[in-house]
Amino acid sequence: MLYREAGDFKTTYAKDQALIPIRQDRVMLYIAIALALLLPFVASDYFLGSIAIPVLIMVIAATGLNLLLGYCGQISLGSGAFMAAGAYMAYKCATAFPWLPMPVSIILAGLATAMIGIAFGLPAVRIKGFYLAVATLAAQFFLLWLFTHVPWFVNYTMSGVPTPPPATVLGVYVTGADAPNWAKYLFVLSFTAFLTWIAYNLVRSRIGRSWMAIRDMDIAAELIGIRPLWTKLTAFAISSFYCGVAGALWSFCFINTVEPTAFDINRSFQILFMVIIGGLGSILGSYFGAIFITLFPIFLNSAPAWLGLDIPGDIITHLEFMIFGAMIVFFLIVEPNGLARLWQLGKEKLRLWPFPH
Amino acid sequence: MEFLSDFFVAPIMEMVDAPEFLAEVIIAGLMSGVMYSLVGLGFVLIFKASGIFNFAQGVMVLFAALNFVGLMDSGVHPIIAFIATVVIMTVLAMAIERVVLRRLVNQNQLILFMSTIGIAFFLEGFGELIWGGNVRPLDIGIPDDVVFIANGTILIQEADLFAGATAALLVTILALGFRYTAVGRALRAVADDHQAALSIGIPLNNIWVIVWAVAGFVALVAGIMWGTKLGVQFSISIVALKALPVLILGGFTSIPGAIIGGLIIGAGEKVAEVYWGSLFGGAIEEWFAYIVALLFLLFRPQGLFGEKIIDRV
Repeated sequence: MLYREAGDFKTTYAKDQALIPIRQDRVMLYIAIALALLLPFVASDYFLGSIAIPVLIMVIAATGLNLLLGYCGQISLGSGAFMAAGAYMAYKCATAFPWLPMPVSIILAGLATAMIGIAFGLPAVRIKGFYLAVATLAAQFFLLWLFTHVPWFVNYTMSGVPTPPPATVLGVYVTGADAPNWAKYLFVLSFTAFLTWIAYNLVRSRIGRSWMAIRDMDIAAELIGIRPLWTKLTAFAISSFYCGVAGALWSFCFINTVEPTAFDINRSFQILFMVIIGGLGSILGSYFGAIFITLFPIFLNSAPAWLGLDIPGDIITHLEFMIFGAMIVFFLIVEPNGLARLWQLGKEKLRLWPFPH
Repeated sequence: MEFLSDFFVAPIMEMVDAPEFLAEVIIAGLMSGVMYSLVGLGFVLIFKASGIFNFAQGVMVLFAALNFVGLMDSGVHPIIAFIATVVIMTVLAMAIERVVLRRLVNQNQLILFMSTIGIAFFLEGFGELIWGGNVRPLDIGIPDDVVFIANGTILIQEADLFAGATAALLVTILALGFRYTAVGRALRAVADDHQAALSIGIPLNNIWVIVWAVAGFVALVAGIMWGTKLGVQFSISIVALKALPVLILGGFTSIPGAIIGGLIIGAGEKVAEVYWGSLFGGAIEEWFAYIVALLFLLFRPQGLFGEKIIDRV
């Protein structure tokens, strides 16, 4: 009874096709947006800088992989490398064209990453399944090597790990060492919100539906006139675009250096875990996954202290590996649709509550 | 032009000028190739029998080696430690079958693949939780002198020869086992056709346990070889990932393919590193194997020896 769509009549076609057709969901979304905008006023600087910003950035990356893996059914173990590509491309754009507004540089970096994604997605035309995992692993190792060994990518900086140039949006610094956390937060938030909106629209558009058709049965999809080549390559391109933007933001707004170690293979696995635990084929799931995977290690590190236990840090790291591994297996067996499905079930329960049927 | 000459002419000239050095490079490469082959062998065994692409094989190598070296460090005789580790790997195989595989029967291959990534993370954490994350030297008395062949012009590590011989022995035993024992026949039947095998009364679950246990045994051998060379450490599981391109090259379903693919990749990446590495700024070993695999995926997805029934799209 708490959550209900009864009485929410759709009187125009536009209303019927609305992105979020149920009024209660819309209200919840408005509340969520309002809370997100209010956060800089209430949250501490630490929370904004070390929790909110990385979570929002990882949401973008996880959404990107989710579009590829959850919607189009193509696995990628190279998301970290595509993030790296985004970071380096954004750095090149921002230093080569300093007059470009920063958001444009980041979008351009995303587009460049999309091109790279297409190049490494090409094998997907002939193969599928875990064969692709190897092709994307190639991207992971090759791209990181490329960025560390070709000095052009870092403008021949001696150290090899340059600092992103400071840039302003509306007169406020959003990147660089001087940028206040609240400005970076709002900058990242606007990207996350915008890309989420795009993703929601994408997956119910023609292109998203053809992804799902390819995922569910490629031969049948081909028979009804969906071009597998085109469909898969667009999935790779758009997924890489998301990862590229996420990588650029990660470098520019979070760690404030452009370095390869932030994007190694563990990052790729981290993003994969976000998608699996959050929910394959659900944009909202990417949010849940990113929040969970980012916050859980922090929780695990501070939980023993609350309980008065003294567990050394390396044991906690090992425990973290074990728990993540076990959770992946658990979710794949018990709830392949992840936390997003649990959210769905919760809504179903609320619809009936307090009645049993 | 200069680049073209550096790329095509200079390395060849170097090779012709110093053939002994080339031979040394190739032999060193072949020896690391043996390691890739051993890991790849584990992959192929599991893939053939259950159609599962076992991402955890590399971590199984690490886990087995960690157990072995951990037991040895606490004063257990190497032979007993070896047997104990084999038992541990068998128990692990049973646990994986019981807890994971049995519940994921009939699932999409991608789901199974991702579940093995989960297993990999779990094992990695588990192994290091028990035995610690430090680098552990492993010494089981494998001779580590050098020998000279071809009138003293080519130098080889004895340990490498030993590793090669062990790998050859292992492969021979496996091949004979597959050929002449009842279990081997059952394994081959399962590999050919799950349902037909089931219908003539081959217990699939047991076969899976056996094949995972054998893969665990292979992992242990690979782990010991690797451990004596590099020490037992976390990075083993990353290096073992190179077995994936080996499989692409050799074909997922072919045991000889895994062996030959491993040797080609091992020798190829060493030669590429030594002769072409400086041209690209070094460390091309990291990705050489993957790019070769990528090219193979584009032009010959079934690998050198794989069956042609790949899922074309």
